Amino acid sequence: MATPTPRRGSYLMLLPIAGIVGAIALAFAWNGGWIGNHPLKPQDMIKTVESNGSPLPGFRRAHSKGVCFAGTFTPTPQAAALSTARVFTQPSTAFIGRFSSPGNNPYAPDAKAPVRGMAVQLKTDDGQEWRVAMNSFPFFAVSTPEGFNALNQAMRPDPATGKPDPEKLKAVVAQHPELLKFQAWSKTAPVSDSFGNTRFNGVNAFHLIDAKGAERAVRWSMRPRLPMVALSPEQLAKADVNFLSEDLAKRLASGPVLYDMVMQFAAPGDPVLDPTKAWPDTRPETTVGTFSLTQSGPQVSGACRDINFDPLILPKGIAGTADPILHARSAVYSVSFNRREREISSGKALDATGQKESTR
Amino acid sequence: MNPPRHFNLLARLLHWSMAVAILAMLFIGAAMVVSLQHREQLLDLHRPLGLAILLLAIVRLANRLRNAPPPLPQDLPRIQVFMAKASHWILYGLMLAMPVIGWAMLSAGAYPVVVFDGFNLPAILPHSAVMYGILRPLHGVLGYLLFFTILGHLGAALFHAWVRRDEVFGQMAKGE
Repeated sequence: MATPTPRRGSYLMLLPIAGIVGAIALAFAWNGGWIGNHPLKPQDMIKTVESNGSPLPGFRRAHSKGVCFAGTFTPTPQAAALSTARVFTQPSTAFIGRFSSPGNNPYAPDAKAPVRGMAVQLKTDDGQEWRVAMNSFPFFAVSTPEGFNALNQAMRPDPATGKPDPEKLKAVVAQHPELLKFQAWSKTAPVSDSFGNTRFNGVNAFHLIDAKGAERAVRWSMRPRLPMVALSPEQLAKADVNFLSEDLAKRLASGPVLYDMVMQFAAPGDPVLDPTKAWPDTRPETTVGTFSLTQSGPQVSGACRDINFDPLILPKGIAGTADPILHARSAVYSVSFNRREREISSGKALDATGQKESTR
Repeated sequence: MNPPRHFNLLARLLHWSMAVAILAMLFIGAAMVVSLQHREQLLDLHRPLGLAILLLAIVRLANRLRNAPPPLPQDLPRIQVFMAKASHWILYGLMLAMPVIGWAMLSAGAYPVVVFDGFNLPAILPHSAVMYGILRPLHGVLGYLLFFTILGHLGAALFHAWVRRDEVFGQMAKGE
């Protein structure tokens, strides 16, 4: 059967074709953040923290200094009523984790660290996973990622003085007055002599979902069993660069280091979406389990190195809230993880993988 | 037996539904990696949609291998025949490879491969920074290659419909 020769159309019809294809391409370029006005991107926030220092390839873009640990979580009998997460009914769950110091210098002296971080990863026998990322501050510095980015920009050392420009910082505080509360805390908070007696706070709120589907807004924290021992300014000045990881190894050599995980419950009307507003200490609390740390080791060769402690990796039975800082943490950690794993993969991260001694 | 004049009904249904799904997937993927606030929600769409595309692509490839497609016009210049065939195999390759690379990349990055809350797929690669560092950028680059191939495919389809006015567009747009 011969196909009848169709009547050809005009080549002018190429114009609408180009218009349609071009319009879709433009929409895609805008959608991917290549053109036009785009809200603040996680890549922009990483760029800010990268340009505040000189990050080393293969290390986290923030909280670069760290030490890996491992241990076992045991839930309390009260926990299972609050959430269907398997971690609260399984008799015990092995975890790995990481203690960290802020900034992007993985060799910074521990005594200079204004805050500390603690992250854990728990995998249960139903295939579910919970990653927790906490800090030693009781509440976050700013309510929005835009505010946090502005703060980090203001913290950039001025090339002339080597220190942040106080005028820029003042301008950010004027825009984000919640920062005053954080500044007041950081000036007065005592510095403890050990990770093992530091309290760590989830800061962002989450929902625990029980068997009936009821949701409770909570903030969790790690309460150390060891009593707080504060270091004096003189002791801090003399402290070893790595005194925190050395202390941890010493304590673990003689037995486990324990933390109780405590859930604090929001009362109706408590701010759930603003991590700068801690709830009153009088809110009801329940201890859901004990984290028993038994081992620690350097991050260059440890299991915690190649884990992204994304706080939105949650098991069934625990859900995130719409807190914008929580969502920004998840997005920004992902960019940091992609960049450092790429650097490790392409052989550019000899320090971070322990193949070369640091020259710093 | 005469060659078919149209793609069979299953091929046409899969083509148009997957066209919507893949284009949505590309927009979701490109948006989620630059979003500070909607990454989790978009990722919760991206993973099950990717799995659905993988399963549909397997059915589609099987249908394509069992049923010969309608022939291209005999007077089509050889360069256009080559481009048509090459772009179709790139499209098949990418719609099968992209979900598998996404799954492998999450496995190598030690991420849980969540399809929906409470249901995860098993890892298909061991945890490996080296593999993750290769697969993650590859997933992004091939996503853009897929997008540009689809744009070329759309432009060519409209060229057949509006400029050449031959039977090619109708072979996929309508049945017997």
